[in-house]
Amino acid sequence: MPTEEIVKVENLWAYYDGEPVLEDVNLSIGRNDFLGVIGPNGGGKTTLLKVILGLVKPKRGIVSVLGKSPEKSRNKIGYVPQVNLFDRDFPINVWDVVLMGCYGNIGLLGRYHSEDKEAAQKALETVGGLELKDRQIGKLSGGEQQRVFIARALVAKPKLLLLDEPTASVDPAMQTEFYEILEGLKKQMAIVLVSHDISAISIYVDKIACLNRQLYYHGSKEIGPEILEATYKCPVQMIAHGTVPHRVLKEH
Amino acid sequence: MEVLQYEFMRNALLAGLLAAVACGIVGVYVAVKKIVFISGGIAHASFGGIGLGYFVGINPILGALLFALASAIGMGFITRRTKLPEDTVIGILWAMGMALGVIFIGLTPGYVPDLFSYLFGNILTVPSTDLIFMLILDVIIIAIVILFYKGFLALSFDEEFGTVVGVPIDALYLLLLSVIALTIVILIRVVGIILIIALLTIPAAMARQFTYNITKMMFLSILFGIVFTFGGLWLSFVLDLASGATIILFSGIVLLATFGVNRLRRKPVKV
Repeated sequence: MPTEEIVKVENLWAYYDGEPVLEDVNLSIGRNDFLGVIGPNGGGKTTLLKVILGLVKPKRGIVSVLGKSPEKSRNKIGYVPQVNLFDRDFPINVWDVVLMGCYGNIGLLGRYHSEDKEAAQKALETVGGLELKDRQIGKLSGGEQQRVFIARALVAKPKLLLLDEPTASVDPAMQTEFYEILEGLKKQMAIVLVSHDISAISIYVDKIACLNRQLYYHGSKEIGPEILEATYKCPVQMIAHGTVPHRVLKEH
Repeated sequence: MEVLQYEFMRNALLAGLLAAVACGIVGVYVAVKKIVFISGGIAHASFGGIGLGYFVGINPILGALLFALASAIGMGFITRRTKLPEDTVIGILWAMGMALGVIFIGLTPGYVPDLFSYLFGNILTVPSTDLIFMLILDVIIIAIVILFYKGFLALSFDEEFGTVVGVPIDALYLLLLSVIALTIVILIRVVGIILIIALLTIPAAMARQFTYNITKMMFLSILFGIVFTFGGLWLSFVLDLASGATIILFSGIVLLATFGVNRLRRKPVKV
């Protein structure tokens, strides 16, 4: 199988208020890659996702998605933002949230077609959330909300799925179930998951990169403690509560 | 109902109805998008247009329409395109609009009639020509909201995701602020510039307690708007009080009472 390149980032620099957030980042994501990006808060993880989405313009360097500019490829990217950023009291049910994922296909003034509704139904089935359909979004648990937002991202049948801190509001008992959903999606698309929490990047990811303004990426999930230390700029034990974190990653 | 024999009373009820439709629909967006302050800014800045109307000798409501739209676009554009803090921009334009109104009125020779009714509303003096104008604005508002329903939903719920799926979020935001400006022009006649913000927020806040569906919320909010304007109008008639202020106080008291009842019952009823 030819490894089609989904995302290419070359020598990329991005700034926020004059401060560099991403420094000389290089990254290549292939068709069925499942990449976990870890790094401390403020390390540029969300910015990296936004650069790939074309929401943040890099100052220097190249970013291309499916061989085109991020804006042109946006309809092939599914985006799952941080769950805690929305208004829990908003009067909207799960079904209408998921249908929002079709906006790119039907346009601003268009109406939903039956295939959009089928796609929404299928996306909810994929994440095991069909029975949540009529519930108000704010009334769901963090894990359920997360699944709904994944369904919304899946409706447009993306080739690339970007998830920002997806496990932050999922309680630990549900995380395995959550990763199994992603495992199932891996065959159809490339997945990039960012998290500040090393333990959140489970055995399910295929490749790991560390990001703290600079990206350390070796195309595998073996990461030595020296890279983690360089990324977090502090003793790694602080984050992983004692045990050496790369052991967690190697254990398979 | 012998009061209905009077044309001013029939006009007042029609004005209340037209106002309730506009503030019911648009108030829901103001509530869920949390843009009460910018709406208040647009309302107050429109006073500049009232003054301009007096000064150049046109219907002050047309001047208000011009200023409301201009300040809506201006505030929207500046808050989106610059790094100035949003509330600072709103505060500045709010006061500048009012200041312009004061200057224009000062420059207008002679006596300025009805000024008080633009500031605090007088539903009993709405002429038939203004009713037609209000009806046209209502139709425009409803048409825009039906046409851009999905876009406004994306704008209100999740701007970033909307951008990712190709919704022109910034343009829609300016459109929504313009729709708010039109609503404000409708409401000026009923409750006046100073009190508008209450009619934009109270019916929607009432409706929000009963439903989690945005369309149902709009219909309920229109219904509450009608109850408030008619009830307030009747109370002002019986008690011989200023109509605009009575409508606002009546709405506010009912809203606070339902909050209190819901709190006692511990859980809000939602469908």
